[in-house]
Amino acid sequence: MTAQHTRTHTIDVSSILRDQKTTGEQNEACIKVENLNLFYAEKQALHGVNMEMPKKKVTAYIGPSGCGKSTLLRCINRMNDLVDNVTIEGKILLDNENIYDKAVNVAALRRRVGMVFQKPNPFPKSIFENVTYGLRIQGINDKRILEETVENALRGAALWDEVKDRLNDNALGLSGGQQQRLVIARAIAIEPEVLLLDEPASALDPISTLKIEELINELKEKYTIVIVTHNMQQAARVSDYTAFMYMGELIEMGTTSELFTNPRKKQTEDYITGRYG
Amino acid sequence: MDNSKIGHHISGQFNKELEDVRNKVLTMGGLVEQQIELAVTAFSTGDVEMAELVIKQDNQVDALEMAIDQECMQIFALRQPAAFDLRLLITVIKVINELERVGDLAERIAEMAIQLSGADNNKHDQYFELEHMAELVQEMLHGALDVFARMNVEDVTTITGLDENVDREYASIIRQLITRMMEDPRNITRMLDVLWIARSLERIGDHACNVCEHLVYMVKGEDVRHLTQEELERKMKE
Repeated sequence: MTAQHTRTHTIDVSSILRDQKTTGEQNEACIKVENLNLFYAEKQALHGVNMEMPKKKVTAYIGPSGCGKSTLLRCINRMNDLVDNVTIEGKILLDNENIYDKAVNVAALRRRVGMVFQKPNPFPKSIFENVTYGLRIQGINDKRILEETVENALRGAALWDEVKDRLNDNALGLSGGQQQRLVIARAIAIEPEVLLLDEPASALDPISTLKIEELINELKEKYTIVIVTHNMQQAARVSDYTAFMYMGELIEMGTTSELFTNPRKKQTEDYITGRYG
Repeated sequence: MDNSKIGHHISGQFNKELEDVRNKVLTMGGLVEQQIELAVTAFSTGDVEMAELVIKQDNQVDALEMAIDQECMQIFALRQPAAFDLRLLITVIKVINELERVGDLAERIAEMAIQLSGADNNKHDQYFELEHMAELVQEMLHGALDVFARMNVEDVTTITGLDENVDREYASIIRQLITRMMEDPRNITRMLDVLWIARSLERIGDHACNVCEHLVYMVKGEDVRHLTQEELERKMKE
């Protein structure tokens, strides 16, 4: 009886083992950077960067100050166009289209590639107006659509429950963490494909930081996310892929779990373990 | 001794903490090595006092195991180690577990030595092979600890390769013991005690191999557990 019982109820672990193997799999690329060089006047800030950022995954850029990670991030929605004396060579492909083609409409590109900065920058308007700003400049004024968008975006940014009763209050009255989530809500209200986050939690307290990290984890269901962070543990917690940059070069990129347990390059190892370079 | 893998953190305190863990592991290893040495000598000479010392030493081994575990846990919690530092600490936790088991096996040998001390006076010449086996496993464990001290796994297969010899000796000892049991059934109780000693030594060899595998992971980041000797040799050449 017992023997028969054990025979028919053998525990099958093959699915667990399979899951473990597939986590390292390559995913379809959303953004491809090809031979990217960037100069601020004479000074070269990015040196021949090549990388691919997979769709609906979180890619983190880490590296010491001045290594070019924010510069690279800003290239993805052409924010660097606004800086004087910048020369950019090479390509960045978004869904296989070079965003530096002459035909590309930069405003349209930035609708597809949203960005959130280190310091929350809500407009000095109501919470409602902040979230609907992107829609209004596109000429959408239908009250029903706007209300629906506000609720969805605020829910998406995990802020709805905290502000639903005071949507007409000034956004500057929110706490720093709330403001940052409001800015994320504003970014996702226009339904971009990509979200660029430049140190999104570095000005926030630990609890607000965790909320943002939790939010990033939820947002990657819908968006491809690229995050720049000085906080290595944060990169380790939130990202699927990590790229280590040093002096304008991409030194190493890989799955986050691989990069933090067994980096291939000594420079990466020295940086993530806090050693002298 | 090349400690560059541990040092060079910007935080000198972190260097010190890792260095301290490393030294404690080596101390624990030294203590366990001494336990085996004394236990085997206690068996060959029938020295009960020496055997009792081995049993007492085991408390120290256990205490070291817990202290090192605690220190590793502290470092995990406070420093969030990554890359080599992370692999070092994970490996330490596994290695001290192996060492603790080796300590228990040495203790068992000492217990058997006490039981056999009255019964088997001056007949230890017949256990020549057992002593040879003890030498082999001591060489393996010493080699493994040396790899840890140097953090260089190049020669690790030489150590794991010795396990085959240990297994051969073990099989041969069993055959001898069976023969003696058949010669005179009054030998059986004593032979069973000797069998426990042989079995313990064989297990110590296995633990030494496990330590080596953990160390390969620490240094190269590659999991080489559960491979045959040939597979391991191939992997190490890659």
